[in-house]
Amino acid sequence: MCCAGITLFGVALALAPAQAEYGDVVFNKRSQKEGMRPVVFSHWFHRIRFRCKVCHDELGFKMRAGANDVRMADVANGKFCGLCHNGRIAWGAERCDLCHSGRPGLESRIHGGNQTLGPGRW
Amino acid sequence: MRSALGGLGPQYGIWLLLAALLLFAQTPIAADFAMRWLPLAKDGIHDPKNPALRLLQEPGEALSRLPKDAVGVGNQVNWVEALDQGRINPRTNILPETKIRVLDTDILLNLRGGTPIVRFPHRQHTLWLDCSNCHEHLFKSQAGANKFSMQRILQGEQCGVCHGAVAFPLTRCGRCHNTPQKSPPGVAVPGS
Repeated sequence: MCCAGITLFGVALALAPAQAEYGDVVFNKRSQKEGMRPVVFSHWFHRIRFRCKVCHDELGFKMRAGANDVRMADVANGKFCGLCHNGRIAWGAERCDLCHSGRPGLESRIHGGNQTLGPGRW
Repeated sequence: MRSALGGLGPQYGIWLLLAALLLFAQTPIAADFAMRWLPLAKDGIHDPKNPALRLLQEPGEALSRLPKDAVGVGNQVNWVEALDQGRINPRTNILPETKIRVLDTDILLNLRGGTPIVRFPHRQHTLWLDCSNCHEHLFKSQAGANKFSMQRILQGEQCGVCHGAVAFPLTRCGRCHNTPQKSPPGVAVPGS
């Protein structure tokens, strides 16, 4: 009985709801229309390496999901993500799948869990 | 021995237990029990079919080494402590000409509200952010010139641009409302 309980508990945990990491942002204004997976941008991954001000001041990313019109041509020309994703500071734009890693069909917004569940413009 | 479920038999007990566990599994509490940080392939937004997924760093691998915040709060990492303890040293700039500005002044807000006073620390904010990220479009630099509203903050404006989205969530009331109301009677204080 005890073993069955532990097994069932394991099964239940495996079925726990999936939840994106806090601050994960999906960019899908253009990606999927152009035949690519949506981009997943993880704040946690980036803030270990860069302070907020690098992207939100030096690079000019607006602090509002959906407010940044990022095109691959800009990235290739060293703007937005391209200031770092150039093969020198971070991987280059030719490593498509590392950024275009989202599930097809995702909408552009902050997906991370633990939001305040307010009406929200995130 | 009779089952505790009043003669239904042990086999029904197992099914009831399974049903209860399945219901429990749908709650966020179960997600916390299951794993403090979900693997990328199970987070619901990364495509598990993407072959490049295994090259990306897993949140658990990176975040489990940093000072912890409560389970279920933000990334479950205390990011300010991570900086203060030197556990991470994220770059402050890419362009050499960028001026790094850190201000060490606390501002008291909400001085006459029904909730505790907010002691806003510039230091912790400017370690991460530049002045221009908040001034002057979100907040005027002049003391008393800003009209704060929890309603607007909860809608993702003012402090809510970050808190509730990328910085610790608005459910942690006491982290901002951290100082008891004790303004001396009759003393004029700037509007909060």
